[in-house]
Amino acid sequence: MPLATPTSRPYWDGLRRHEIWLQYSPSLDGYVFYPRVLAPGTLADDLQWRQISGKGTLVSFTIAQRPVAPQFADAVPHILAVVQWDEGPRFATELVNVDPAAIAVGMWVVPVFVDYPDDDVTLLHYTAATP
Amino acid sequence: MGLRGEAAIAGFFELPAARRPTGQPEFILEQWARLAAAAVADAGLDVTQVDGLVTCGVMESQIFVPSTVTEYLGLHVNYAEIVDLGGASAAAMVWRAAAAIELGICQAVVCAIPGNYFTPTSDQRPRDLGDALYFGASSFRYGSPQAEFEIPYGYLGQNGPYAQVAQMYAAAYGYDERAMAKIVVDQRVNANDTPGAVFCDKPVTIDDVLASPVIASPLHMLEIVMPCMGGSAVVITSCELARRGRNRPVWIKGFGERVPYKSPVYAENPLQTPMVTVANTAFGMAGVGPTDMDMVSIYDCYTITALLTLEDAGFCDKGKGMQFVTDHDLTFRGDFPMNTAGGQLGYGQPGNAGGMHHVCDAARQLMGRAGTTQIADCNRAFVSGNGGVLSEQEALVLEGD
Repeated sequence: MPLATPTSRPYWDGLRRHEIWLQYSPSLDGYVFYPRVLAPGTLADDLQWRQISGKGTLVSFTIAQRPVAPQFADAVPHILAVVQWDEGPRFATELVNVDPAAIAVGMWVVPVFVDYPDDDVTLLHYTAATP
Repeated sequence: MGLRGEAAIAGFFELPAARRPTGQPEFILEQWARLAAAAVADAGLDVTQVDGLVTCGVMESQIFVPSTVTEYLGLHVNYAEIVDLGGASAAAMVWRAAAAIELGICQAVVCAIPGNYFTPTSDQRPRDLGDALYFGASSFRYGSPQAEFEIPYGYLGQNGPYAQVAQMYAAAYGYDERAMAKIVVDQRVNANDTPGAVFCDKPVTIDDVLASPVIASPLHMLEIVMPCMGGSAVVITSCELARRGRNRPVWIKGFGERVPYKSPVYAENPLQTPMVTVANTAFGMAGVGPTDMDMVSIYDCYTITALLTLEDAGFCDKGKGMQFVTDHDLTFRGDFPMNTAGGQLGYGQPGNAGGMHHVCDAARQLMGRAGTTQIADCNRAFVSGNGGVLSEQEALVLEGD
């Protein structure tokens, strides 16, 4: 389970409300992920939090038939994915509730908020967008 | 800009790859000493001539690593450093050593990577295995971006991340799994003629590769390196020492290095690997090009790594790698000799020493010591290094005297 840091807390607080908040750098004219104290590439000190829709595109995926680590022994087959938000940044996630045969790079995907009340954390999974 | 090509690999030593530990277990520091002694002897040098050292991490000490190693060896060096670039470390160590020698601060530098991880244990002080074992090259410490944004989603280890890149490749350029399997098969031919290779006695066919289980789609088990124990070392020396040594000097003519990220999740285009810049820099420094190479030793933790490197280093056009490996014979007898000692897919991967396998492979050929697998008239070689997930990359252009 992830542990929020002082810098990243707005992101994890957002997920708990089933909202997605990213940092935006006006000088970069772009969104930033993961959360930082200064903008990556420019080290500009102008990061501000903005809410985004969470819609995105599947950049890549794999279906792991063997556990990626002992902690994920129960997770196979495990659909590991990289998604790009419409706003730009890419991030690691998992695909859930999808037909493995229907997964294709470039498909539209939407967020699935998965609450873990015991850990007071919400993870951000994705699934195929319904056309 | 760059190296003058006046430092050489003067000697090397590579242990056989072993699936299981053999003999009395030894600490990494102890293995370091044995590897260094063997490589220095191979060069025909005296240990007292060694005045530089480059190491990777050692299990017995997380801090003050270079000085701990020099003290253990009893050397008094003018240049000591630690390189932490995963599978790219070996090639990175070689050019750093060459640069230090060309700067004139030292004359003989030992670079060693022990690879027997079954070291002595004590119940009184259980081993701290660190994050690498449980979290597959990702850090689980508080504040680590990997711990916070990757590991919770199963993005760890290597199989999944490399498989994702292969899926992207398939979507962008198409995918011929028989071509990918052929990379394994050709290298296995080389391994079958290489004493010490983990698969020395086991031939393999394309159908065998494709019949092996899919670990993470589209990668089959036999497209993934076999973790082994082993270890290797090289000695880099000045021109003067190299010419007085036992072996044909292998000049380090060019190198490139690029480290843009830890995880290709954040890459703008993971299919355009850092190797594009790395190889271009290395070839430019050496004043030669891909077609001037007599052999290549391409870092091959996975088939997809070798494929992307062949493309991005300029041995074939982007998106045409599968056709290239299909059209060429990659064995030591072939028209494009690649990984003539089996590569890591055929020789085995003893941790970070897997990267040093490629340096030894090229040095062995350029010194004319490759035995059955020797390529006639081998004078120039290209070596690639790769760490993380296509995220830390190196190239060397080597030339025999």
